[in-house]
Amino acid sequence: MPSMVSDEARSWIGRSQPPIHMEVTRRDIQKYAVATEQRQQKFLDGDEAPPMFLFGLLRPIVPLEGLGPDGIARDGFLPDFPLKRIMAGGTEMTYHRPLRPGDKLIATKTLADIQEKQGGTGPLIFVSYDLTVETEDGEVVVEERSMRIIR
Amino acid sequence: MSARFEAISVGDALPERAFTASNVSLFLYNAAIWNAHRIHYDAPYTTDVEKHPAVVIDGPLQGDWMSQCVLDWVGEDGALLKFQYANRRASYLGETLKTVGRVTAKDDDAKTVTMELGVQNEAGDVIAPGSAVVRFGS
Repeated sequence: MPSMVSDEARSWIGRSQPPIHMEVTRRDIQKYAVATEQRQQKFLDGDEAPPMFLFGLLRPIVPLEGLGPDGIARDGFLPDFPLKRIMAGGTEMTYHRPLRPGDKLIATKTLADIQEKQGGTGPLIFVSYDLTVETEDGEVVVEERSMRIIR
Repeated sequence: MSARFEAISVGDALPERAFTASNVSLFLYNAAIWNAHRIHYDAPYTTDVEKHPAVVIDGPLQGDWMSQCVLDWVGEDGALLKFQYANRRASYLGETLKTVGRVTAKDDDAKTVTMELGVQNEAGDVIAPGSAVVRFGS
């Protein structure tokens, strides 16, 4: 069977996005805590961020014209494949400490691997990403491995 | 704190919690994470264009709910080391989802507890499986 992953696509393995700089604010934590129905006071008061707060913090802020008619920001960090339907796979996070207001963080995302598989409903491509979130002093705060499934 | 760790056994169930998202809570969540995908707030678009039966409950929101299942059980006695989840099936506005968890391993030396987690729909199907590792204080 011919590969669905071209040499050009394969050359993306090991490639990193430009680092994202993020600042954690109490108000953003409080909004997130209310919307997710947190019960612990430290989250509702914004003293500490719930673990999944990072997901929102990493989302890109793009101009309105950068959003499609579906409301989604186009994501350039994916090679071109013959399959087009993109689904979120799993996410695994390793926490070294919680995020707190005032944290200034740098996130670097690397395309770690591309695998092809034959699924029950047709061919699938698995793209995995490694993300490292660290302080400006180089203290690693969170590491994440996530997967996208393309079918 | 040590007494808390000693009392934990493999097979222990974590307290369950039900979540019923509303239009308002989904709007606030997507505003908070800065997500404009219309399937989370625009019902006519969601059904007519993307052909879902109703407004879609965000997958990562279900991941958050699962993490709360762990954090609220651990309280101040420990810290979350690892958390993993995957969204297997969509769920829709109007559904009540339930977070469940069970202790699957305990390491007395490292003072860690490993849990299997899940988000269940009203039929009892796990639509999002997950797992977590927590370290308890000594």
